[in-house]
Amino acid sequence: MKETIKKLTECFGPSGHETAVREAILAELPRGLETRVDAMGNLIVHRKGKAGGWRLMLAAHMDEIGIVVTHVDARGFLRFGNVGGVHLLPLLGGRVRFADGTIGAIGVEKTDDANKIPGMEKFYIDVGAKSPDDCPVRVGDVACFHRTCEERGSRIVAKAMDDRVGCAVLVHVLKDLKECPHDLYVVFTVQEEVGLRGATAAGFSVEPDVALAVDITLTGDTPECAPMAVSLGAGPAVKIKDRAMLAHPGVKDWLLRTAEASGIPCQREVLVMGTTDASVIQVSRAGVPSGCLSIPTRYAHSPSEMVDYGDVQASVRLLLGALAGPIDIG
Amino acid sequence: MLLERLSEAHGVSGREEEVRSIVLSEIRGRVDDCRIDGVGNLIAHRKGTGASSLRVLLAAHMDEVGLMITLAEDSGLLRFAKVGGIDDRVLPARTVLIGPKKVPGVIGMKPVHLTDNAERNKVVESRQLVIDIGASSKAEAEKLVQRGDTAVFATRYRSLAGEGSAWRTVQGKAFDDRVGCTLLVELLAERFPFALSAAFTVQEEVGLRGAKVVAYAENPDAAVVLECTGANEVPTPLDVSPSTRVGGGAAITIRDTSFIADPRLVELFASTAHRLGIAHQFKQPNIGGTDAGVIHKSRAGIPSITIAVPARYIHSPAAIMDLRDFDATLALVREALQSLPQALSSQGART
Repeated sequence: MKETIKKLTECFGPSGHETAVREAILAELPRGLETRVDAMGNLIVHRKGKAGGWRLMLAAHMDEIGIVVTHVDARGFLRFGNVGGVHLLPLLGGRVRFADGTIGAIGVEKTDDANKIPGMEKFYIDVGAKSPDDCPVRVGDVACFHRTCEERGSRIVAKAMDDRVGCAVLVHVLKDLKECPHDLYVVFTVQEEVGLRGATAAGFSVEPDVALAVDITLTGDTPECAPMAVSLGAGPAVKIKDRAMLAHPGVKDWLLRTAEASGIPCQREVLVMGTTDASVIQVSRAGVPSGCLSIPTRYAHSPSEMVDYGDVQASVRLLLGALAGPIDIG
Repeated sequence: MLLERLSEAHGVSGREEEVRSIVLSEIRGRVDDCRIDGVGNLIAHRKGTGASSLRVLLAAHMDEVGLMITLAEDSGLLRFAKVGGIDDRVLPARTVLIGPKKVPGVIGMKPVHLTDNAERNKVVESRQLVIDIGASSKAEAEKLVQRGDTAVFATRYRSLAGEGSAWRTVQGKAFDDRVGCTLLVELLAERFPFALSAAFTVQEEVGLRGAKVVAYAENPDAAVVLECTGANEVPTPLDVSPSTRVGGGAAITIRDTSFIADPRLVELFASTAHRLGIAHQFKQPNIGGTDAGVIHKSRAGIPSITIAVPARYIHSPAAIMDLRDFDATLALVREALQSLPQALSSQGART
């Protein structure tokens, strides 16, 4: 699975431009599954169930944060805006990559106060162009942050771990799934980082009985960070709540029970900011009991998002366990 | 002229009746059927040539930003709330027209003689302002104006610059989005390959509310939102682009804060403009939002795009636009829509 994580995290896929990720996922999927791409670009994978099973939706988003070019100036420098929640701190000295492979270095204007973080409008991208005519990039082009995936011990660090690690988990669930009575829809969604847009449409078309998002969550185990009772390496986290949803208590208990029965370590997640695709699927049509399995991740929305490989493997095991038998959500 | 009548019509979000009745009288005879839905959207249908089985939604919003009367003070002065996005700085000393009787009023402001320097350098918040209709008491004011009445800027439509100017500049209120409504009425005279749903939506300025139910009810295969978008050409020392430029032609949205346009549709409009030599520009990404924000993620997802006429000073008492941009936008949409079915069937364009 490490190869899947490396392959998917290094793909180009800012919100709205998920094609490369979708193709990489399609190439990884086991044969014999029904797949389709909907009007928004969501990849919907269907694994038929048996009579009496539930219609179950699992979602992970393919898109990542990035930047969009808003202006090419007279000297060929690019001004840009955010695609999704982009932190300002890691920008200076960072590199971005465009769809055609063009690499740009991020610079910043001189500042009056070195202790103040400048706004995004003060940063620019230098792709080595000497004039607008020499510039291979146009207004509206998007770029992802440019980093390779690296590992040391059980930790893996990469860009776009949010949420390619979730995609990798679902790919491996589909690979390893043996017995499953449920009609399973695994959806690799688009445009999560800009407002959960792909999942809004997919939740409507799939019309599931129960839904789970597989996404990352933050941790509270780094120096002087905001307190949070989730650590890297302590197992996947079962969501209780985040900024936009209260997980269905029955769905939450189903996951916690499965973890306990299988001896899989897991944590309880209360996230004060951020949310996942599950929050819009939950209120789709007449409402869908929904929850979220989260993979603890440090430095989320930076170009260096870090996970623990043990947590990732445990996430796959937990989902395989949860899908193997009847679902009881009370 | 239709744009002039629509610009001067009153239609603050939630009170679009006057605009709707003008549109209704214009499109009767051009459409196969029309209805007013539960929230006030006007939805009309026009059959296609039969060449395509697609159903395409064109949408423009009828509402405009404005004010709502919240309270008459004992003095007869009126308190108000803003409806939609209005910068507090554009309000003081403006003339307005209130309610169905179009009662004239002035947004009060302390004269320069009575203000000190510190006061003059501060923006007065809208909740501290009042509208003065010249009434001497609460009772007198309430005879003319009801709580909940809406007010619009008292701005007449007129031509600027005049003969000899390269631009055909006009000034008026509510170009956002009576321009889109005018475009849509014009487009209903055309016959397209697909079945057309034309929606004149309500309550866009307060959260894209009308379009949400239109998209659900009509369930189209694609949607084109017709808009009037902001241009900011106030000089700046830096080499950074404005959102759009007046005189630059039809503005094609690639992405704004509310949605990402379907790349096949961006390509369709850009290549059509290029092929026919129609003036066009790309709106700077990440600015503003339109009805496409809710339409594109309705039901199972609807490929969408926004095409707009640029105008300066929108959401203020007087916007300025070049009618050549209006003509370019009309020509572009009219021509591009003929090829929309082919554009959507091309899978390769999704990047």
